[in-house]
Amino acid sequence: MRFEDVWALRNVSLTLNPGETRIIFGAAGSGKTSLLKAVIGLVNPDEGEILLYGRNICCLKEEELFALRAHAGFLFQEGGLFDSLTIGENVEYPLTNRQSIEAHRDAPFGPDSPIEDPEQRVREALRFVELEHTFNQFPSEVSGGMRRRVGIARAIVTEPPLVLYDSPTAGLDPITANLIMALIAKERDTRNIASLIVTHRYQDAELMANFHYDAEAGELKPLEENDEASSQDGTKFIVMKEGEIVFFGSRREMESCEDEYVTKFIRRET
Amino acid sequence: MGRVLTTLIASFQEFVFLAGRAFLNLVRRPHYYTDVLLQMDIIGVGSIPIVVLTGFFSGAIIALQMSRALNTYGASSQVGSIVALTLVRELGPVLTALLVAGRNASGIASELGSMKVTEQIDAMRALGTDPVQKLVTPRLTATAVMLPCLTVVADSIGLFGAYLVAVPLLHIISGGSYWSSSWRALVLNDLTQGLVKPLLFGIIISLVGCFYGLRTTGGTQGVGRATTQAVVAASIWIFFVTFLIDKIFVNL
Repeated sequence: MRFEDVWALRNVSLTLNPGETRIIFGAAGSGKTSLLKAVIGLVNPDEGEILLYGRNICCLKEEELFALRAHAGFLFQEGGLFDSLTIGENVEYPLTNRQSIEAHRDAPFGPDSPIEDPEQRVREALRFVELEHTFNQFPSEVSGGMRRRVGIARAIVTEPPLVLYDSPTAGLDPITANLIMALIAKERDTRNIASLIVTHRYQDAELMANFHYDAEAGELKPLEENDEASSQDGTKFIVMKEGEIVFFGSRREMESCEDEYVTKFIRRET
Repeated sequence: MGRVLTTLIASFQEFVFLAGRAFLNLVRRPHYYTDVLLQMDIIGVGSIPIVVLTGFFSGAIIALQMSRALNTYGASSQVGSIVALTLVRELGPVLTALLVAGRNASGIASELGSMKVTEQIDAMRALGTDPVQKLVTPRLTATAVMLPCLTVVADSIGLFGAYLVAVPLLHIISGGSYWSSSWRALVLNDLTQGLVKPLLFGIIISLVGCFYGLRTTGGTQGVGRATTQAVVAASIWIFFVTFLIDKIFVNL
Protein backbone atom coordinates (compact mmCIF):
# COMPACT_ATOMS: atom_id res chain seq x y z
CA MET A 1 0.00 0.00 0.00
CA ARG A 2 1.41 3.40 -1.02
CA PHE A 3 0.50 7.00 -0.28
CA GLU A 4 1.88 8.78 -3.33
CA ASP A 5 5.53 7.64 -3.45
CA VAL A 6 5.80 6.46 0.15
CA TRP A 7 5.17 2.87 1.22
CA ALA A 8 2.56 2.83 3.99
CA LEU A 9 2.49 -0.97 4.26
CA ARG A 10 4.74 -3.51 2.58
CA ASN A 11 5.09 -7.31 2.92
CA VAL A 12 2.74 -7.39 5.91
CA SER A 13 1.23 -10.76 6.83
CA LEU A 14 -0.76 -11.30 9.98
CA THR A 15 -3.41 -13.66 11.36
CA LEU A 16 -5.63 -13.00 14.36
CA ASN A 17 -7.88 -15.65 15.94
CA PRO A 18 -10.52 -15.33 18.68
CA GLY A 19 -9.01 -14.63 22.09
CA GLU A 20 -5.66 -13.59 20.61
CA THR A 21 -3.99 -10.23 21.10
CA ARG A 22 -1.53 -8.51 18.79
CA ILE A 23 0.25 -5.41 20.08
CA ILE A 24 1.83 -3.17 17.50
CA PHE A 25 4.74 -0.83 18.18
CA GLY A 26 6.44 1.51 15.76
CA ALA A 27 7.70 5.03 15.24
CA ALA A 28 5.33 7.71 13.93
CA GLY A 29 4.59 7.09 10.25
CA SER A 30 5.62 3.42 10.41
CA GLY A 31 2.20 2.25 9.19
CA LYS A 32 0.53 1.19 12.47
CA THR A 33 -2.72 3.11 11.95
CA SER A 34 -2.76 2.24 8.24
CA LEU A 35 -2.55 -1.45 9.19
CA LEU A 36 -5.45 -1.07 11.63
CA LYS A 37 -7.55 0.80 9.07
CA ALA A 38 -6.73 -1.75 6.37
CA VAL A 39 -8.07 -4.59 8.55
CA ILE A 40 -11.63 -3.26 8.21
CA GLY A 41 -11.19 -1.80 4.73
CA LEU A 42 -11.02 1.90 5.66
CA VAL A 43 -7.97 2.01 3.36
CA ASN A 44 -7.36 -0.43 0.52
CA PRO A 45 -4.09 -2.17 -0.33
CA ASP A 46 -2.73 -1.94 -3.88
CA GLU A 47 -1.84 -5.64 -3.77
CA GLY A 48 -2.52 -8.65 -1.57
CA GLU A 49 -5.62 -9.67 0.30
CA ILE A 50 -7.26 -9.04 3.66
CA LEU A 51 -9.61 -11.65 5.06
CA LEU A 52 -12.11 -10.37 7.62
CA TYR A 53 -14.29 -13.10 9.13
CA GLY A 54 -13.18 -15.26 6.20
CA ARG A 55 -14.21 -12.81 3.45
CA ASN A 56 -11.69 -11.10 1.21
CA ILE A 57 -12.60 -7.46 1.80
CA CYS A 58 -10.40 -6.22 -1.04
CA CYS A 59 -12.98 -7.59 -3.51
CA LEU A 60 -15.96 -6.06 -1.73
CA LYS A 61 -17.70 -2.82 -2.59
CA GLU A 62 -17.82 -0.10 0.06
CA GLU A 63 -21.57 -0.79 0.55
CA GLU A 64 -20.87 -4.47 1.27
CA LEU A 65 -18.13 -3.53 3.72
CA PHE A 66 -20.48 -1.53 5.95
CA ALA A 67 -22.27 -4.66 7.15
CA LEU A 68 -18.95 -6.38 7.93
CA ARG A 69 -17.52 -3.34 9.69
CA ALA A 70 -20.58 -3.19 11.92
CA HIS A 71 -19.27 -6.46 13.42
CA ALA A 72 -15.90 -5.02 14.42
CA GLY A 73 -15.13 -2.46 17.11
CA PHE A 74 -12.69 0.37 16.42
CA LEU A 75 -11.30 2.79 18.97
CA PHE A 76 -9.87 5.89 17.32
CA GLN A 77 -6.87 7.70 18.77
CA GLU A 78 -8.97 10.65 19.90
CA GLY A 79 -12.09 8.56 20.47
CA GLY A 80 -13.73 9.64 17.18
CA LEU A 81 -16.94 10.49 19.06
CA PHE A 82 -19.74 12.40 17.30
CA ASP A 83 -19.62 15.75 19.05
CA SER A 84 -23.22 16.69 18.21
CA LEU A 85 -24.56 13.59 20.00
CA THR A 86 -24.63 12.97 23.74
CA ILE A 87 -22.41 10.25 25.17
CA GLY A 88 -25.46 7.97 25.53
CA GLU A 89 -26.42 8.56 21.88
CA ASN A 90 -22.82 7.98 20.79
CA VAL A 91 -22.71 4.59 22.48
CA GLU A 92 -26.18 3.68 21.20
CA TYR A 93 -25.25 4.57 17.61
CA PRO A 94 -23.58 1.24 16.66
CA LEU A 95 -26.57 -0.70 18.05
CA THR A 96 -29.24 1.13 16.05
CA ASN A 97 -26.95 1.41 13.04
CA ARG A 98 -26.23 -2.31 12.89
CA GLN A 99 -29.91 -3.13 13.14
CA SER A 100 -30.85 -0.70 10.38
CA ILE A 101 -28.09 -2.11 8.11
CA GLU A 102 -29.10 -5.70 8.72
CA ALA A 103 -32.76 -4.96 8.18
CA HIS A 104 -31.98 -3.81 4.64
CA ARG A 105 -28.84 -5.60 3.49
CA ASP A 106 -27.51 -9.15 3.53
CA ALA A 107 -26.26 -9.63 7.06
CA PRO A 108 -22.88 -11.45 7.09
CA PHE A 109 -23.75 -13.32 10.31
CA GLY A 110 -27.47 -13.67 9.72
CA PRO A 111 -30.02 -11.20 11.03
CA ASP A 112 -29.48 -9.82 14.51
CA SER A 113 -32.14 -10.49 17.09
CA PRO A 114 -33.76 -7.14 17.92
CA ILE A 115 -32.44 -5.49 21.05
CA GLU A 116 -35.34 -5.09 23.40
CA ASP A 117 -33.89 -2.36 25.55
CA PRO A 118 -31.03 -0.53 23.77
CA GLU A 119 -30.73 2.02 26.59
CA GLN A 120 -30.05 -0.79 29.04
CA ARG A 121 -27.26 -2.13 26.76
CA VAL A 122 -25.81 1.37 26.44
CA ARG A 123 -25.87 1.85 30.21
CA GLU A 124 -24.18 -1.55 30.68
CA ALA A 125 -21.41 -0.58 28.23
CA LEU A 126 -20.93 2.76 29.98
CA ARG A 127 -20.95 1.03 33.37
CA PHE A 128 -18.21 -1.27 32.04
CA VAL A 129 -15.97 1.77 31.49
CA GLU A 130 -17.25 3.32 34.76
CA LEU A 131 -18.88 6.28 33.04
CA GLU A 132 -22.62 5.64 33.39
CA HIS A 133 -23.06 9.05 35.02
CA THR A 134 -22.00 10.80 31.77
CA PHE A 135 -24.96 9.36 29.80
CA ASN A 136 -26.56 12.74 29.06
CA GLN A 137 -23.37 14.77 28.70
CA PHE A 138 -21.73 15.79 25.43
CA PRO A 139 -18.20 14.60 24.54
CA SER A 140 -16.88 18.16 24.84
CA GLU A 141 -17.96 18.24 28.50
CA VAL A 142 -15.71 15.37 29.62
CA SER A 143 -11.92 14.90 29.78
CA GLY A 144 -9.73 13.33 27.06
CA GLY A 145 -9.32 10.13 29.06
CA MET A 146 -13.07 9.86 29.60
CA ARG A 147 -13.67 10.37 25.87
CA ARG A 148 -11.27 7.51 25.19
CA ARG A 149 -13.23 5.32 27.63
CA VAL A 150 -16.52 6.30 25.95
CA GLY A 151 -14.84 5.29 22.67
CA ILE A 152 -14.16 1.85 24.21
CA ALA A 153 -17.81 1.59 25.32
CA ARG A 154 -18.94 2.46 21.79
CA ALA A 155 -16.50 -0.07 20.28
CA ILE A 156 -17.74 -2.95 22.46
CA VAL A 157 -21.46 -2.18 22.88
CA THR A 158 -22.41 -4.52 20.01
CA GLU A 159 -20.15 -7.23 21.50
CA PRO A 160 -18.04 -7.62 18.33
CA PRO A 161 -15.68 -10.60 18.00
CA LEU A 162 -12.84 -8.26 16.94
CA VAL A 163 -11.83 -4.92 18.46
CA LEU A 164 -9.10 -2.64 17.08
CA TYR A 165 -7.54 -0.05 19.38
CA ASP A 166 -5.54 2.83 17.90
CA SER A 167 -3.21 4.27 20.55
CA PRO A 168 -5.72 3.96 23.40
CA THR A 169 -3.33 5.47 25.95
CA ALA A 170 -1.58 8.15 23.86
CA GLY A 171 -1.23 11.45 25.68
CA LEU A 172 -2.87 10.25 28.90
CA ASP A 173 -1.57 10.27 32.45
CA PRO A 174 -0.30 6.87 33.74
CA ILE A 175 -3.30 6.32 36.04
CA THR A 176 -5.89 6.83 33.26
CA ALA A 177 -3.70 4.88 30.80
CA ASN A 178 -3.54 1.89 33.17
CA LEU A 179 -7.29 2.08 33.74
CA ILE A 180 -7.94 2.00 29.99
CA MET A 181 -5.59 -0.93 29.42
CA ALA A 182 -7.23 -2.79 32.32
CA LEU A 183 -10.60 -2.26 30.60
CA ILE A 184 -9.21 -3.59 27.32
CA ALA A 185 -7.81 -6.69 29.05
CA LYS A 186 -11.11 -7.14 30.89
CA GLU A 187 -13.04 -7.00 27.60
CA ARG A 188 -10.65 -9.48 25.97
CA ASP A 189 -10.87 -12.02 28.80
CA THR A 190 -14.59 -11.65 29.50
CA ARG A 191 -15.70 -12.37 25.94
CA ASN A 192 -12.62 -14.09 24.45
CA ILE A 193 -12.40 -11.51 21.65
CA ALA A 194 -9.56 -10.85 19.21
CA SER A 195 -7.74 -7.58 19.93
CA LEU A 196 -5.34 -5.58 17.78
CA ILE A 197 -3.71 -2.79 19.76
CA VAL A 198 -1.45 0.01 18.59
CA THR A 199 0.52 1.57 21.42
CA HIS A 200 3.73 3.42 22.23
CA ARG A 201 3.87 2.31 25.86
CA TYR A 202 5.61 -0.95 26.63
CA GLN A 203 3.76 -1.09 29.95
CA ASP A 204 0.49 -1.46 28.02
CA ALA A 205 1.82 -4.49 26.21
CA GLU A 206 3.22 -6.00 29.41
CA LEU A 207 -0.16 -5.62 31.06
CA MET A 208 -1.93 -7.36 28.19
CA ALA A 209 0.66 -10.19 28.19
CA ASN A 210 1.10 -10.71 31.93
CA PHE A 211 -2.34 -10.10 33.39
CA HIS A 212 -5.76 -11.61 33.00
CA TYR A 213 -9.17 -10.53 34.22
CA ASP A 214 -10.50 -12.65 37.06
CA ALA A 215 -14.27 -12.45 36.74
CA GLU A 216 -14.87 -13.86 40.24
CA ALA A 217 -12.57 -11.41 41.96
CA GLY A 218 -13.64 -8.64 39.57
CA GLU A 219 -10.06 -7.46 39.00
CA LEU A 220 -6.92 -8.05 36.95
CA LYS A 221 -4.53 -10.65 38.30
CA PRO A 222 -0.98 -11.60 37.27
CA LEU A 223 -0.74 -14.81 35.28
CA GLU A 224 0.69 -17.94 36.91
CA GLU A 225 3.79 -19.58 35.41
CA ASN A 226 1.73 -22.06 33.31
CA ASP A 227 -0.79 -19.45 32.24
CA GLU A 228 2.02 -17.14 31.23
CA ALA A 229 3.33 -19.75 28.79
CA SER A 230 -0.07 -19.97 27.11
CA SER A 231 -0.30 -16.19 27.12
CA GLN A 232 2.98 -16.08 25.18
CA ASP A 233 1.11 -17.90 22.41
CA GLY A 234 -2.01 -15.75 22.53
CA THR A 235 -0.35 -12.37 22.93
CA LYS A 236 2.22 -11.47 20.30
CA PHE A 237 4.23 -8.27 19.92
CA ILE A 238 4.79 -6.66 16.55
CA VAL A 239 7.26 -3.90 15.70
CA MET A 240 6.80 -1.93 12.49
CA LYS A 241 9.29 0.21 10.60
CA GLU A 242 8.60 2.11 7.38
CA GLY A 243 5.53 0.03 6.60
CA GLU A 244 7.13 -3.36 7.27
CA ILE A 245 6.97 -5.78 10.18
CA VAL A 246 10.52 -5.99 11.54
CA PHE A 247 9.70 -8.06 14.61
CA PHE A 248 6.98 -10.58 15.44
CA GLY A 249 7.10 -12.65 18.60
CA SER A 250 6.26 -13.08 22.27
CA ARG A 251 7.16 -10.64 25.03
CA ARG A 252 10.18 -12.73 26.04
CA GLU A 253 11.41 -12.94 22.47
CA MET A 254 11.08 -9.19 22.10
CA GLU A 255 12.94 -8.55 25.35
CA SER A 256 15.79 -10.77 24.23
CA CYS A 257 15.91 -9.23 20.75
CA GLU A 258 19.18 -7.45 19.99
CA ASP A 259 17.88 -5.30 17.12
CA GLU A 260 18.60 -1.67 17.91
CA TYR A 261 15.25 -0.41 16.53
CA VAL A 262 13.21 -3.03 18.40
CA THR A 263 14.95 -2.46 21.72
CA LYS A 264 13.97 1.23 21.64
CA PHE A 265 10.37 0.23 22.37
CA ILE A 266 11.22 -1.88 25.43
CA ARG A 267 11.16 -0.36 28.88
CA ARG A 268 14.39 -1.41 30.52
CA GLU A 269 14.54 -1.67 34.28
CA THR A 270 17.50 0.37 35.56
CA MET B 1 -0.14 24.25 -16.19
CA GLY B 2 -0.65 20.59 -17.07
CA ARG B 3 -0.51 19.67 -13.40
CA VAL B 4 -3.16 22.27 -12.48
CA LEU B 5 -5.42 21.01 -15.26
CA THR B 6 -4.97 17.40 -14.12
CA THR B 7 -5.85 18.38 -10.53
CA LEU B 8 -8.94 20.25 -11.74
CA ILE B 9 -10.14 17.33 -13.83
CA ALA B 10 -9.46 14.88 -10.97
CA SER B 11 -11.42 17.13 -8.56
CA PHE B 12 -14.33 17.37 -10.97
CA GLN B 13 -14.31 13.61 -11.41
CA GLU B 14 -14.36 13.18 -7.63
CA PHE B 15 -17.28 15.63 -7.44
CA VAL B 16 -19.20 13.68 -10.11
CA PHE B 17 -18.62 10.40 -8.22
CA LEU B 18 -19.87 11.98 -4.99
CA ALA B 19 -22.93 13.39 -6.76
CA GLY B 20 -23.61 10.01 -8.38
CA ARG B 21 -23.45 8.19 -5.04
CA ALA B 22 -25.61 10.82 -3.34
CA PHE B 23 -28.32 10.46 -6.02
CA LEU B 24 -28.06 6.66 -6.04
CA ASN B 25 -28.64 6.66 -2.28
CA LEU B 26 -32.03 8.30 -2.85
CA VAL B 27 -33.29 4.88 -3.91
CA ARG B 28 -31.09 2.84 -1.58
CA ARG B 29 -31.85 1.93 2.00
CA PRO B 30 -31.39 2.73 4.84
CA HIS B 31 -32.95 6.19 4.56
CA TYR B 32 -32.25 8.72 7.29
CA TYR B 33 -35.58 10.58 7.33
CA THR B 34 -34.88 12.27 10.67
CA ASP B 35 -31.70 13.78 9.25
CA VAL B 36 -33.61 15.02 6.18
CA LEU B 37 -36.18 16.75 8.41
CA LEU B 38 -33.44 18.20 10.61
CA GLN B 39 -31.62 19.59 7.59
CA MET B 40 -34.88 20.98 6.16
CA ASP B 41 -35.33 22.84 9.42
CA ILE B 42 -31.74 24.15 9.45
CA ILE B 43 -31.53 25.03 5.75
CA GLY B 44 -35.15 25.97 5.05
CA VAL B 45 -36.76 27.33 8.20
CA GLY B 46 -33.47 28.78 9.44
CA SER B 47 -33.02 30.78 6.22
CA ILE B 48 -36.51 32.32 6.20
CA PRO B 49 -35.66 35.58 8.06
CA ILE B 50 -32.73 36.45 5.81
CA VAL B 51 -34.65 35.43 2.65
CA VAL B 52 -37.69 37.52 3.67
CA LEU B 53 -35.57 40.61 4.34
CA THR B 54 -33.56 40.28 1.14
CA GLY B 55 -36.65 39.52 -0.95
CA PHE B 56 -38.50 42.51 0.45
CA PHE B 57 -35.70 44.98 -0.22
CA SER B 58 -34.94 43.51 -3.67
CA GLY B 59 -38.55 44.09 -4.74
CA ALA B 60 -38.64 47.57 -3.21
CA ILE B 61 -35.37 48.60 -4.88
CA ILE B 62 -36.41 47.28 -8.30
CA ALA B 63 -39.70 49.21 -7.99
CA LEU B 64 -37.84 52.42 -7.03
CA GLN B 65 -35.35 52.16 -9.87
CA MET B 66 -37.82 50.97 -12.50
CA SER B 67 -40.48 53.56 -11.67
CA ARG B 68 -37.96 56.28 -12.49
CA ALA B 69 -36.83 54.65 -15.73
CA LEU B 70 -40.37 53.72 -16.84
CA ASN B 71 -41.58 57.23 -16.09
CA THR B 72 -39.18 58.52 -18.76
CA TYR B 73 -41.09 56.51 -21.37
CA GLY B 74 -44.50 57.16 -19.79
CA ALA B 75 -44.84 53.51 -18.89
CA SER B 76 -45.06 53.72 -15.09
CA SER B 77 -48.07 51.41 -15.10
CA GLN B 78 -45.78 48.55 -16.21
CA VAL B 79 -43.87 48.55 -12.92
CA GLY B 80 -45.81 45.49 -11.64
CA SER B 81 -45.00 43.34 -14.67
CA ILE B 82 -41.33 44.41 -14.71
CA VAL B 83 -40.90 43.57 -11.02
CA ALA B 84 -42.71 40.24 -11.40
CA LEU B 85 -40.64 39.17 -14.41
CA THR B 86 -37.32 40.27 -12.90
CA LEU B 87 -38.00 38.65 -9.55
CA VAL B 88 -39.55 35.39 -10.68
CA ARG B 89 -37.22 34.71 -13.59
CA GLU B 90 -33.89 35.93 -12.27
CA LEU B 91 -33.37 37.84 -9.07
CA GLY B 92 -35.54 35.72 -6.77
CA PRO B 93 -33.83 32.40 -7.57
CA VAL B 94 -30.29 33.81 -7.88
CA LEU B 95 -30.36 36.08 -4.82
CA THR B 96 -31.95 33.40 -2.65
CA ALA B 97 -29.45 30.82 -3.88
CA LEU B 98 -26.50 33.15 -3.18
CA LEU B 99 -27.79 33.80 0.33
CA VAL B 100 -28.33 30.12 1.02
CA ALA B 101 -24.89 29.38 -0.48
CA GLY B 102 -23.31 31.89 1.89
CA ARG B 103 -25.23 30.55 4.83
CA ASN B 104 -25.50 26.82 4.17
CA ALA B 105 -22.74 25.78 1.73
CA SER B 106 -20.34 27.26 4.28
CA GLY B 107 -22.24 25.63 7.17
CA ILE B 108 -22.23 22.22 5.49
CA ALA B 109 -18.55 22.48 4.51
CA SER B 110 -17.44 23.55 7.99
CA GLU B 111 -19.57 20.91 9.74
CA LEU B 112 -18.40 18.05 7.53
CA GLY B 113 -14.86 19.45 7.47
CA SER B 114 -14.70 19.47 11.28
CA MET B 115 -16.03 15.92 11.33
CA LYS B 116 -13.37 14.91 8.81
CA VAL B 117 -10.41 16.38 10.71
CA THR B 118 -11.59 14.94 14.04
CA GLU B 119 -11.88 11.41 12.56
CA GLN B 120 -15.68 11.40 12.91
CA ILE B 121 -16.14 10.52 9.22
CA ASP B 122 -13.71 7.61 9.54
CA ALA B 123 -15.47 6.59 12.76
CA MET B 124 -18.77 6.60 10.90
CA ARG B 125 -17.33 4.34 8.18
CA ALA B 126 -15.74 2.10 10.83
CA LEU B 127 -19.12 1.72 12.54
CA GLY B 128 -20.65 0.58 9.25
CA THR B 129 -22.41 3.78 8.16
CA ASP B 130 -22.04 5.21 4.67
CA PRO B 131 -21.13 8.90 5.24
CA VAL B 132 -22.63 9.78 1.86
CA GLN B 133 -25.93 8.15 2.82
CA LYS B 134 -25.97 9.63 6.31
CA LEU B 135 -24.57 13.10 5.64
CA VAL B 136 -24.69 14.01 1.93
CA THR B 137 -28.02 12.60 0.72
CA PRO B 138 -30.12 14.19 3.51
CA ARG B 139 -28.50 17.58 2.84
CA LEU B 140 -29.02 17.15 -0.91
CA THR B 141 -32.70 16.27 -0.45
CA ALA B 142 -33.33 19.01 2.10
CA THR B 143 -31.68 21.78 0.05
CA ALA B 144 -33.27 20.68 -3.23
CA VAL B 145 -36.72 20.74 -1.60
CA MET B 146 -36.33 23.86 0.53
CA LEU B 147 -34.61 26.21 -1.93
CA PRO B 148 -37.57 26.34 -4.37
CA CYS B 149 -39.86 26.98 -1.36
CA LEU B 150 -37.58 29.76 -0.13
CA THR B 151 -37.51 31.24 -3.63
CA VAL B 152 -41.33 31.32 -3.75
CA VAL B 153 -41.25 33.13 -0.38
CA ALA B 154 -38.61 35.60 -1.63
CA ASP B 155 -40.58 36.25 -4.86
CA SER B 156 -43.86 36.84 -2.98
CA ILE B 157 -42.29 39.13 -0.37
CA GLY B 158 -40.39 40.95 -3.15
CA LEU B 159 -43.63 41.61 -5.03
CA PHE B 160 -45.14 42.90 -1.80
CA GLY B 161 -42.12 45.18 -1.21
CA ALA B 162 -42.45 46.57 -4.74
CA TYR B 163 -46.19 47.08 -4.16
CA LEU B 164 -45.45 49.18 -1.03
CA VAL B 165 -43.07 51.37 -3.05
CA ALA B 166 -45.20 51.69 -6.20
CA VAL B 167 -48.61 52.12 -4.59
CA PRO B 168 -48.60 53.76 -1.10
CA LEU B 169 -45.19 55.46 -1.42
CA LEU B 170 -44.90 56.76 -5.00
CA HIS B 171 -48.61 56.56 -6.04
CA ILE B 172 -47.65 55.70 -9.64
CA ILE B 173 -50.24 52.96 -10.01
CA SER B 174 -53.33 51.67 -8.20
CA GLY B 175 -53.13 48.52 -6.09
CA GLY B 176 -55.52 46.57 -8.34
CA SER B 177 -53.59 47.48 -11.50
CA TYR B 178 -50.26 46.59 -9.86
CA TRP B 179 -51.36 43.07 -8.88
CA SER B 180 -53.20 42.36 -12.14
CA SER B 181 -50.26 43.54 -14.29
CA SER B 182 -47.87 41.48 -12.19
CA TRP B 183 -50.01 38.37 -12.55
CA ARG B 184 -50.66 38.85 -16.28
CA ALA B 185 -46.94 39.34 -17.01
CA LEU B 186 -46.06 35.84 -15.88
CA VAL B 187 -46.43 32.90 -18.24
CA LEU B 188 -45.73 29.19 -17.68
CA ASN B 189 -42.20 29.55 -19.07
CA ASP B 190 -41.35 32.14 -16.36
CA LEU B 191 -42.77 30.07 -13.53
CA THR B 192 -41.01 26.91 -14.75
CA GLN B 193 -37.73 28.80 -15.03
CA GLY B 194 -38.28 30.30 -11.59
CA LEU B 195 -38.68 26.85 -10.04
CA VAL B 196 -36.17 24.81 -12.08
CA LYS B 197 -33.37 27.21 -11.23
CA PRO B 198 -33.65 26.93 -7.42
CA LEU B 199 -33.98 23.15 -7.70
CA LEU B 200 -30.65 22.97 -9.56
CA PHE B 201 -29.08 25.60 -7.29
CA GLY B 202 -30.14 23.56 -4.25
CA ILE B 203 -28.43 20.49 -5.67
CA ILE B 204 -25.29 22.51 -6.44
CA ILE B 205 -25.11 24.23 -3.03
CA SER B 206 -25.49 21.02 -1.03
CA LEU B 207 -23.15 18.92 -3.15
CA VAL B 208 -20.46 21.61 -3.33
CA GLY B 209 -20.66 22.14 0.44
CA CYS B 210 -20.44 18.40 1.11
CA PHE B 211 -17.65 17.91 -1.46
CA TYR B 212 -15.36 20.53 0.06
CA GLY B 213 -16.26 19.42 3.59
CA LEU B 214 -15.46 15.76 2.96
CA ARG B 215 -12.10 16.47 1.30
CA THR B 216 -10.92 18.75 4.13
CA THR B 217 -7.35 18.19 5.29
CA GLY B 218 -5.04 20.14 7.57
CA GLY B 219 -6.87 20.75 10.85
CA THR B 220 -8.83 23.88 11.69
CA GLN B 221 -7.04 25.91 9.02
CA GLY B 222 -8.21 23.33 6.50
CA VAL B 223 -11.80 23.70 7.73
CA GLY B 224 -11.64 27.47 7.14
CA ARG B 225 -10.18 26.93 3.67
CA ALA B 226 -12.86 24.36 2.78
CA THR B 227 -15.60 26.75 3.92
CA THR B 228 -14.32 29.61 1.78
CA GLN B 229 -13.80 27.36 -1.24
CA ALA B 230 -17.34 25.97 -0.89
CA VAL B 231 -18.97 29.43 -0.91
CA VAL B 232 -16.85 30.69 -3.81
CA ALA B 233 -17.37 27.56 -5.91
CA ALA B 234 -21.12 27.41 -5.18
CA SER B 235 -21.55 31.09 -6.13
CA ILE B 236 -19.64 30.68 -9.39
CA TRP B 237 -21.66 27.56 -10.28
CA ILE B 238 -24.90 29.42 -9.54
CA PHE B 239 -24.04 32.16 -12.06
CA PHE B 240 -22.82 29.64 -14.63
CA VAL B 241 -25.95 27.48 -14.34
CA THR B 242 -28.31 30.47 -14.43
CA PHE B 243 -26.63 31.57 -17.65
CA LEU B 244 -27.10 28.09 -19.15
CA ILE B 245 -30.76 27.91 -18.12
CA ASP B 246 -31.45 31.41 -19.45
CA LYS B 247 -29.91 30.36 -22.75
CA ILE B 248 -32.14 27.28 -22.90
CA PHE B 249 -35.36 29.05 -21.85
CA VAL B 250 -34.84 32.11 -24.06
CA ASN B 251 -34.79 29.77 -27.06
CA LEU B 252 -37.97 27.95 -25.99
